[in-house]
Order: sequence, then structure tokens, then C-alpha cells
Amino acid sequence: MKMLRVRAVARKEFIHIIRDPRSLGMAIAMPMLMLVLFGYALTLDVDRVPLVVWDQSGSHVSREFISRFSGSRYFSVRSYVSRYQELEGAIDTGRALVALVVPRDFAGRVESGRTAQVQLIVDGSDSNTATIAMGYAQAIAQTYSQEVVLRQIQRAGGRTLVMPLDLRPRVWFNTELESKNYIVPGLIAVIMMVIAALLTSLTVAREWERGTMEQLISTPIEGKELILGKLIPYFCIGMLDVLIAVLMGQFLFHIPLRGSVPLLFLMSAIFLAGTLSLGMFISIVSKSQLLATQLAMVLTFLPSFLLSGFMYAIVNMPKPLQLITHVIPARYFVALLKGIYLKGVGLEILGFDAGLLAVFSVVMATLANRKFKKKLE
Amino acid sequence: MFERIRHMLRKEFIQALRDPRMKSTIFLIPTIQVLVFGYVVTTDVRHVTTAVYDLDNSVTTRDLVSRFVESGYFDTVEYISTDGREVDLMDRGDVQAVLRMNKGFEDDLRAGRTVQLQVIVDGTDSNTARIVLDYSAKIASQFSQEVLQERFTRLQGAVAQPGQVELETRAWFNENLESRNFYVPGVISMLVMLVTLILTSNAVVREKEIGTMEQIMVTPITPREFILGKTIPFALIAFIDVMVVTIIGVFWFGVPIRGNLLLLFFATALYVMTGLGVGLLISTISRTQQQAMMSTFFFFLPAQLLSGFMFPIANMPRVIQWLTFLDPLRYFLVIIRSIFLKGVGLNVLWPNFVALAIMGQVTLWLATRRFRKTLV
Repeated sequence: MKMLRVRAVARKEFIHIIRDPRSLGMAIAMPMLMLVLFGYALTLDVDRVPLVVWDQSGSHVSREFISRFSGSRYFSVRSYVSRYQELEGAIDTGRALVALVVPRDFAGRVESGRTAQVQLIVDGSDSNTATIAMGYAQAIAQTYSQEVVLRQIQRAGGRTLVMPLDLRPRVWFNTELESKNYIVPGLIAVIMMVIAALLTSLTVAREWERGTMEQLISTPIEGKELILGKLIPYFCIGMLDVLIAVLMGQFLFHIPLRGSVPLLFLMSAIFLAGTLSLGMFISIVSKSQLLATQLAMVLTFLPSFLLSGFMYAIVNMPKPLQLITHVIPARYFVALLKGIYLKGVGLEILGFDAGLLAVFSVVMATLANRKFKKKLE
Repeated sequence: MFERIRHMLRKEFIQALRDPRMKSTIFLIPTIQVLVFGYVVTTDVRHVTTAVYDLDNSVTTRDLVSRFVESGYFDTVEYISTDGREVDLMDRGDVQAVLRMNKGFEDDLRAGRTVQLQVIVDGTDSNTARIVLDYSAKIASQFSQEVLQERFTRLQGAVAQPGQVELETRAWFNENLESRNFYVPGVISMLVMLVTLILTSNAVVREKEIGTMEQIMVTPITPREFILGKTIPFALIAFIDVMVVTIIGVFWFGVPIRGNLLLLFFATALYVMTGLGVGLLISTISRTQQQAMMSTFFFFLPAQLLSGFMFPIANMPRVIQWLTFLDPLRYFLVIIRSIFLKGVGLNVLWPNFVALAIMGQVTLWLATRRFRKTLV
């Protein structure tokens, strides 16, 4: 392997990239766009759930109960209805996600110490929002119910006015439970996968398609020199993207970075080398840009987005899929990123993940080298 | 005119399907996507790994712990006996939650004092953490309620029960609150857009890049015929993808279809027009396939993320919510989800159909106009 030849290929590739400023601009703007979207706009947190109320009781007791909902920041009362059809219409059109029905005998039952039932109808289409909204409603109803029971005990002559059990929740690592603290670190892995998919997967296929591969074959260059030379420029772009992402996370979104920064960049470099080799491998195997594009989508973007634990926790997946995630390198990288960012742990705990990441990079680089044949077919 | 379009179509089909790997990717991509989304994207939280730090170790605390286990949401993996062990377990990610009860728990409860149950949750995954806290609150509240009832009964005599307020919840459209009923239909919106965008923009730009565009320009074919010939095959592929996803969704995942299938195809047709229009627009501004692909992604990624596919639009900031009105995926998603789960018809969905139709017309018109200029 001659460094001179590697340098020549790298220079050629750099010129290719610079000559197409739009693609380069997009390669740098894409991570920013994703970070801004995930940091500002996208959240799985649920509040101000639109609610319609059908108050059949119409008493001060029922109004007090309903005020617990309208006063909470989790619900916002959109309208009061007085017929079933109106309620149905509100949910069908999506104007409301939740409907609360307070029955006619509500006040009487509460006051006479009998059990009163309240109905809650939820639009279950979005199961996540529905589950969380139901949880909020349950909590409000339970608190109200406990107050009613406490009042009865007091009336019956008991002295207890305190709740028997007090739940003290404490959240570690992401104290405010902000979804951006959870998403932004993992996003770095996704961004790098996308860059690898978009940029490298086309680079060898393009040479084949345009016929310039023939010219390369006639030169004395070796396979590994070509691959290495082609990887260097994209590696630089990828690391630049990581830097941008880390800086934006730090200064724009104030994501706590508790662990070691050099470790973060070292791990990123290892992961990037692996994904770029994967992109290169796809490019070498497919030889057509259209096919490479499609393969890159399925092999890099989708798994790193869905199977890495970036947004959807791996423990909640079915067992066979959990096994599959073990061969997805992004999984280890996402674990590393979250560990370094939120928990501030180092290699003593993350060593295993880091080792597997290195193995992945070496395997991918070897595969790309093996598959590349300097021959016309 | 039709003669020329027919020849063009034949050429396109031959080109698209000449590579046998391409043929399989056309079917493989939708299949993989539906399977992954059907299985992976679940926000249902179960089997939270839990450590118990029970300093009281009494009948009452054991009863409380067993309530957590029996709820089906918590799996105890370890009983901690030394201080500091919980930090280690949480750092490693071996447990997601720790339950801690102090000494004197049972005695305090008997004496009518408030006792504390501490729940420590790993907040790294904020969504899961929130749900775990929710579950714990429910179990703790239930426990309190029972203690209160016992006290009430003691005061009032054997049979008396205090009245309470019960919340009876019912979920419509997706009775068991299964995530896949929500996501699998949504995959259609993503796939159709992706397929039409990638295939159209690449197919046109490829001719430019390889240089065959010049050969086409010397034939008597008109821009309109060229566009039709280029887009019809991809529209067909998009429809095939819709069918593949629908079939897998219904027969494999058991997602209900409550509405009209014909309406679904009609909506797809309108939506495909938008996809083809945007794809052609991208092809007019790109010289190489690399540029086309980057541009496609640059349009598709925000469009997908802001469509409400994974992140509810209602939770976004106001300004961004207005922005989503420009997103064709948004309207199509409302339509497919409503057709699959709610079974409503045009009387409710017409505004979305109108929006899609307008978008399709505008993008196609723009694309054809720009196309004439770049071609000549």
C-alpha cells in the first residue's frame, strides 16, 4: 500500500465533493436540520390533551370534579356537549381525543357515600398518547376519590386526615424527563448512518455507472488504496457533522454532557469508520446508484433509526427482534452515546460496547476490501 | 401520442426490472418496513427490570412489592441488601427502576402515619420513565385506597364501605391500544412517498448523468409524453407497495380495515401525484444522482418527521404546526388512519382529500413547466 496513491485518490474525491457544493452543503445542513427538528419540534411528551365534557349531572359536585380536569395542564377542555351524537362527532373528526361523561346521579352518589362511576372515552388510534392520557385521567380521578373517602372517614369520627402511603418518585440521569435529552445523543448515531448511506454508498457505484472505473482499473492503484482514499474525505465530513451535533447539543439545547469528550469523539471515529465501510461495501456490491440508494436505505437508515434503541427501547421489542438488534452496530453506539452523555460513565462500564463497535469496523473494512475486484466483467 | 408513451413505458419497465436485484428490492423494501414497524415501534412498556431495596422486610412491604410484580409491568431482578448497590445497577443499566422502603414502614402505617415508598427511575428514556412512574402511582394509590377502606370499615363496623369515584375508561377505534394498529397503516404514507420520490428523481437524472437524455431529445417525444412515460411505472410500483403493506398489515398483524378500500386507493392516487410531482421537481434541479438523492432526503426527512407519523402534531410548537399544513404526508396519514381504524368516509375526510388534490396538481404543474425549460 502506497500512501502516495491513497493521497491522490483522496484528492480526486475531495475535488469531486467541492465541485458539487450543493451536496456538500446538504451533507452539513442535514444534521443541523435533524437536530433542530428533534430539539424543538418533536416530542413524545403529551400535554393539553383536547377534551370534551358531557356533564349530565350539572351539579356543583360534578363541576368541581370537572374543574380538576380543566385545571390540570394535561387536559384542555374544548367544548361541553349535551348529546351523545355531539360527543361522537367530536371524537370522529379528531377535534377531541378524550371525552368525559359524568352520569346524572353523580352528585347524589358522592354525597351519600355510594360509589359513583364516571366514563372516559379515549380515541385509541394513537396508542401512546391514549395510554398517557388515560394515566393522567386515572390519577386525577383517584386523587379526587381519595379526598372523598378521607372526608367520609373524618365524618365517621376518624382522626386520620393524612394519606397512608406517599409515593416519592425520583428520576435519575434525566431529571426533568425531557425527551430531547434522550433523543439528541442518540441522534448523533442516526446522523452518521445517514451520511454514510447518502455519501459513500454512491461513490463506487458512480464510477462503474459512468464508466470511469475502467480508467481507474488501468492505473496501478490497489483495491485497498482506492477504498481508503475514497473514505478519507467522507470521514472528514462525518467528523465535522459530529462536531456540529455536539456543539449544537451543548450550546443550543443544553444537553448535559457528563462524560469524557475525547472518549465521545474516539467512539464516533470508530463507528464512522465502520459505517463508511458499510456504505462502501454496498456501493461495491450493487454497482448501480439506484440499487445502492435503496439498499443503503434499508441496511443503514432504517435499522439505525428503529432497531438501535435510539427512540424505541429495545427491551420492549419482541424477543427475536431483540436478538437481531445485536448485529446492528448503531445499537452499541447509541448505548455508548447515552452512557457518556447522560450517565457520565466511562470505558469501565461501556468497554464491552466499545469493543464490539471496533469489531464491527474491522469486519466491515475487511469485507469491503474482499469484495472489491479490479476487473471488468 | 399513445404509441410513443407505450414505447417509453416499455423501455422504462425493461430498465427498472432488468436487474433482478432491483425487482426483489421493490417487494423487499415494503415487506421489511412493515415487519419492522409492526414489531419494533411499540410504546407499550412491560417487564420493567426492577431492584427492590426493602429495609423493613415486613409482611406489609412484601405485600406492596408483590403488587408491583403482579401488575405484570415490573420484573424484580434483584433484592438489594447493601447501600450503594442501586447506583451501580442503574449505572450499568441492569435495572430501570428501584423500589425503596425504609425501616419502620409497617409500624408507621399501623400507627396511622404517612409512610414513604421511594421509586427511583432511570430517566434516560423519558417516555418509558413517565409510563413507569404512572404505573407506580397507580399501584401506590390503590394500596392507599385499600388501607383507607380498612380504617373506614373499622370505624363503621364490618360491612360499611366508603363510596368512591371510579373512572371507567374505554378506548375507541383501537380497543386494546395496540401500537401497531396506529403505525402499520402509517407505513404506507412513508413508503409511497419514498418510492415515488427516489425512483422518479433518480430515473430522470440518470438519463442526464449517463448522457442518454440527448438521445431522447432527438426523438419526436414531447415533454408531456416523456413525463408520463417516466412516471406511470413508478405510480404502478407505488400501488403495488400499498397492496403489499395492506395485505401484510391485515393478514399478518390483524390491523382492522373499517372503512372503504376504494376510498383508500383514490386517496393513494392523489397522493402519488404529489410524490411524482416533487420527484420531478427534484430531478429538474439536480444534475447527478447524488444530488437527486440528497435533495430527496432533504425533502423527505422533515416531511416525514412533521407528518404526525411518529410525533403527534398537537405537541409541536404553534409555528411548526402551521408548517405541517404544507406537508402532503400529513393529509394522507389522517386519511389512511381514519379509513383503517375509524371507518369514517368522505363526509369527515373531504378537507384532506381537497388538500391532497390541490398539492398534487400544483406540484405536477410546476414540475412540467420547469421541465420544458430544462429539457429544451
